[in-house]
Amino acid sequence: MDRPAEAEPTGVLETAAAVAGGARSAVQVLTEALERVEAGDGRVRAFLEVTSALAFEEAKSVDARVAAGERLPLAGVPIAVKDNLWIEGRRATCASRILQGFRPSEDATAVARLRRAGAVFVGRTNMDEFAMGSSTENSSVQTTSNPWDLTRIPGGSSGGSAAAVSARFVPAAIGSDTGGSIRQPAACCGVVGFKPTYGRVSRFGLVAFASSLDQVGPLTRNVRDAARVYSVIAGEDPRDSTSSPEPVGDPEGASGRGFAGKTVGFLAEAEVEGLDPDVARNLGDLKKAFRAAGATVTTVSVPRATAAIAIYYVVASAEASSNLARFDGVRYGPRAEASDLLSLYVETRTSGFGAEVKRRILLGTFALSAGYHEAYYERAMSARQLLSEDFDRAFSRVDALVCPSIPTPAFRLGEKTEDPLSMYLSDVFTVPASLAGLPAITLPSGLSREGLPLGVQILAPRLAEEALFAAAGALEREIAFPQELPPGMA
Amino acid sequence: MSSLETPERTRVFPVIGLEVHAQLQTRSKMFCPCPVTVGDEANAATCPICLAFPGTLPVLNREAVTLAMRLALATGSEIHRDSRFSRKNYFYPDLPKGYQITQYDRPIATGGGIEIDTPGGSRTIRLTRIHLEEDAGKSLHDTPFADVPSTVSLVDWNRAGVPLCEIVSEPEVRTAEEAASYLTELRRLLRFIGVSDADMEKGNLRCDANVSVRLSEDEPFGTRVEIKNLNSIRFVAKAIEHEIERQAESLRRGERIVLETRLWDEKSSRTVPMRGKEEAQDYRYFPEPDLGALRIDDAWMSEAAATMPELPRARRARLLAAGVPASDAETLTSARELADYFEQTAALASTRLAANWVTGEVLRWMKERRISAEDALSFPVSPARLAGLLRMLEAGEISAASGKEVLAAMIDSPAEAAALVTEKGLGRISDAGELDRVASEIVASSPGQVALYRSGKTATFGWFVGQVMKRTGGRADPSSVREAITRALETDNG
Ligand SMILES: [Zn+2]
Repeated sequence: MDRPAEAEPTGVLETAAAVAGGARSAVQVLTEALERVEAGDGRVRAFLEVTSALAFEEAKSVDARVAAGERLPLAGVPIAVKDNLWIEGRRATCASRILQGFRPSEDATAVARLRRAGAVFVGRTNMDEFAMGSSTENSSVQTTSNPWDLTRIPGGSSGGSAAAVSARFVPAAIGSDTGGSIRQPAACCGVVGFKPTYGRVSRFGLVAFASSLDQVGPLTRNVRDAARVYSVIAGEDPRDSTSSPEPVGDPEGASGRGFAGKTVGFLAEAEVEGLDPDVARNLGDLKKAFRAAGATVTTVSVPRATAAIAIYYVVASAEASSNLARFDGVRYGPRAEASDLLSLYVETRTSGFGAEVKRRILLGTFALSAGYHEAYYERAMSARQLLSEDFDRAFSRVDALVCPSIPTPAFRLGEKTEDPLSMYLSDVFTVPASLAGLPAITLPSGLSREGLPLGVQILAPRLAEEALFAAAGALEREIAFPQELPPGMA
Repeated sequence: MSSLETPERTRVFPVIGLEVHAQLQTRSKMFCPCPVTVGDEANAATCPICLAFPGTLPVLNREAVTLAMRLALATGSEIHRDSRFSRKNYFYPDLPKGYQITQYDRPIATGGGIEIDTPGGSRTIRLTRIHLEEDAGKSLHDTPFADVPSTVSLVDWNRAGVPLCEIVSEPEVRTAEEAASYLTELRRLLRFIGVSDADMEKGNLRCDANVSVRLSEDEPFGTRVEIKNLNSIRFVAKAIEHEIERQAESLRRGERIVLETRLWDEKSSRTVPMRGKEEAQDYRYFPEPDLGALRIDDAWMSEAAATMPELPRARRARLLAAGVPASDAETLTSARELADYFEQTAALASTRLAANWVTGEVLRWMKERRISAEDALSFPVSPARLAGLLRMLEAGEISAASGKEVLAAMIDSPAEAAALVTEKGLGRISDAGELDRVASEIVASSPGQVALYRSGKTATFGWFVGQVMKRTGGRADPSSVREAITRALETDNG
């Protein structure tokens, strides 16, 4: 069979259209994706496991469904999935020793929806252990490199997913975002990353980090692709009581609608003394770009955004300390040899969890302890509520909020591993939307003087994904970010 | 107000509060679709959710909430339209998630009370709160299996995630008897309104008692001691009694009562300190982020109210008004199904007779056939068939003795009472000629007894009656029998 050569790997929409229209087969598309992974992942190490055999089964099944006349919005689209989501037949380990060998019995709801839409699952991507981190260096398995500069971090915690899309292995990947774990690595790797409104995508089958913050979302090469994948995975799920019953609407259509006549507010708290000069310069360009798109540009303040990191590390760690209590070696995962119950717990958890996970468990346990509960957990929850109210006030004046996605371009591997606090500050711009449950998208907004991607983040009110995609689509057309292969892959 | 009189004439005034856990009668567990089963193979009723596999989420069982609402309505508690669940964090192998989902700072209901009977009349023990929570699994430390070494502990998670409601009383119970009466009343209520089978032996109703004593009613409460492991109402009463005496004894010796948890030890009939749980646990409660607020709207409220059966006390009052004797009314309202059985019977026969027979013969047979009062409607003799029998009794067509025989036969036969009476020839002998013949035969064959009678020992007359009754299988009317014997003795001239 004559295989048309693929000059440049295509995106989600083009791939789905080609497979659905019969121009290409899902098996062909998968074969090429696996060839790219084979050729490039030795350098990037985005994948923890490439599940070729299962993926071929899935591709064949998609081809059969297309032949039978099924209309599949993601026909034959190869997708990489973060290692904290259930895919039937694959392991799900959160890149942690404590979940070694854990194999779920079914798909996560989001994964099942992708499967129904015709997606093919290429493999599991690397991440910071239990999604705790901003560089993917907390993986217990391997480090992942940034395709733009292999000596740099891909961001985290969904670093494997971001790198896999950036390196053009796959047109889309799935990540999870608790305080920026989709948006920050997407920005570091020069791709689009979208965190939906809390509750838009079911968390069933997502291994919990912080239940009130976790959201599943797509990483893609452009805004429209993100909207397509998001529309597939979003929607109410009876298995997740926190999922929203509100209709998803047409974010994909909205992404082409334009943003003329609307108002964007640049976050006042982001434009402070000491902001990275590349990032500051980029913000100026972005204001021009929005004006060029016909939008009114203004500045708005969200005063408590400056407290977001402090709030976040109390709330997220508190929930994590409880969510991770189930890893006790009793029902699944490795169990340490021990002669009594206490040492069974201590040994299993001491050897099973990495340093950062232990740090968060301790932090969270402390914040919830008698005597500190009020001063930390309750105070953080009140502050979180006030932050949400700040956002409500801001959105009464503007249709969308804009701020940088990352405070600096991707830093070097190993640069911050000894300094957790400075690592935590990588999420300074992404955490506010997480705490308020807002939808937020990052898109590549330019290059630093060193040639590394910068990212811009757009935030919208809860459930206002359509407005968000309209703004993002319009801005993307003005920015025209370079589409060639990242330098590390050339 | 009762108190204990000590040898030194130091009165102590006990203060008792009860915490009851009742397993809700739902089909499935609190947060997953697993069935609620009893006596199943270990871990057969488990799934990834109740085993806390990573990636799973709880989904609240609506039926459990409705049952808790029903209990709240029955106790006059205030149902909160906006309650929530929290996580109670602690490590134990029978607790799969490492936390129990329970209502903490915002329970589903507060207030209300349980009316109990005391020697001084009826009294209401007020409730602090009613809340929903999930059960934990069961750890087996001494394994019953030959192939499992004794150093190994086993865990059965069939119970993990089973819905419970906790009913906490105000510290208003004053004696062990009152505690027993409170539990009896609560158990009856739970069963009556179909909220729980409240079987203490199976652990479906568990009670912890908080006991303290003070030297006068004006004093503040003393240090309380929590007693656990109380698996029958009798033990609750015994344990409380013992604990009051133990604390009184300590006070008399001038000792301080230690805040602690004690276990009831049936073998030694005393409470003993619970080992291992000495240090105060910090449960690090916080709102459960996997579940939204529990909001109860008007429609749900009406649904719970609509499915509420008549309460036992109201029903008892109604039976008393209908002429049922007090002790029978008490028995008949011990279970809703038994009361239903009775009322369905009484609708077709005499109330008094129905009460008498249902509390007597029917319950005796149910006990023999191992049918509980809660299953009264499955007793093989339906209320309609029983009523048929009672009507024959009332009309004097059969004797009470024959009635018992017919009822016994009806249990294993689908036939109506009338058919069985005919079949067995148990109809009353009202034919005077037949009775005269039997009486004459007996008089003729008993010259000794006749002689005694004639010598003035008129008590012998009773012996003749007994013989005739015996010969006729109890089917004869006693006054007709007496007449027939009189005639036979007159005509017998020796
Ligand atoms: Zn289950």
